[in-house]
Amino acid sequence: MDSTVTATTTNLWGGGKSPFKVSYGKLMMWVFLLSDAFTFSALLVSYGTIRFSSESWPVPEEVFSAVPFTHQHLPLVFVGIMTFILILSSVTMVLAVEAGHRMDRKDVEKWMFWTIVGGITFLSCQAWEWSHFIHGTGLGGANLAHNEYGPAGFAAFFFFITGFHGTHVLSGVVLNYLIYYNTVRGVYDRRGHYEMVEKVGLYWHFVDLVWVFVFTFYYLV
Amino acid sequence: MTSEESKIVVQPLNKAKIRHLIKVAIILFIVTLCEFIIAYAMAETPLRTTIFVVMTIIKAFYIVSEFMHLGHETKGLRWSVIFPLILVIWLLVALLTEGHYIFDVRF
Repeated sequence: MDSTVTATTTNLWGGGKSPFKVSYGKLMMWVFLLSDAFTFSALLVSYGTIRFSSESWPVPEEVFSAVPFTHQHLPLVFVGIMTFILILSSVTMVLAVEAGHRMDRKDVEKWMFWTIVGGITFLSCQAWEWSHFIHGTGLGGANLAHNEYGPAGFAAFFFFITGFHGTHVLSGVVLNYLIYYNTVRGVYDRRGHYEMVEKVGLYWHFVDLVWVFVFTFYYLV
Repeated sequence: MTSEESKIVVQPLNKAKIRHLIKVAIILFIVTLCEFIIAYAMAETPLRTTIFVVMTIIKAFYIVSEFMHLGHETKGLRWSVIFPLILVIWLLVALLTEGHYIFDVRF
């Protein structure tokens, strides 16, 4: 019995060992994230195309200058807060993965909880940002047909790009919650490993990664 | 507690690894902070755009390589993920050129 096991593990494609030294699930998560990266690239590149072919384009810093609970003109401050929240929740996620490697259920629970809190906070901020953008500054606001800030395409891309990213954050929060629930139930302790935390962690970091690009190409440049 | 759960051995905190992760997080925060300072202090020029793009790629590198652990995976997996993304560069060049062309035709 032992000799057959060693024989198959020496053959990389023989089924005894994963070719890239990662499990099937993790490899498939990478394939999915790659395809998702193409989708987001297509959205951001088409934003660039429309911007380059337009006569005028609003300065994003001037459009996104409102912060809740103040009436001051604070360009980019609120988006900055959102960026920091998402990076922070990425850090707590990576700490949850680390705790999973150590089979430390209590720590996984703790860090998954804070990751979920970070995700929900980010979504709430985005809801406020959308609401403010739609209602505008008294000149009709912005929707798919009308945009007080400039070309209609600017508003359309805002809704599509941040909306598509927000949908990803939402599904990430749902996945994180499922993992948190299973952790509390002791599913991964019984299974003997916490690989699900790693897989969902990959997705969550990807969501953060996309926001880094959206932040630069939509708000900064 | 079932007999299976009682068999689980919780390993101690991997301090070196956590220190490394905190270091990466601090780099991400500092780069983002620099982006803010530049957004306020610099006028909109091609140089500023270039700085932003470089900083974004630095942040992306740290997230993918350290947080997503790709930097520590096998060479085959690393290139399987990175190589197809070269197509995005082509898409970018092609469509931005197209955008300029449409602009010239329209205005």
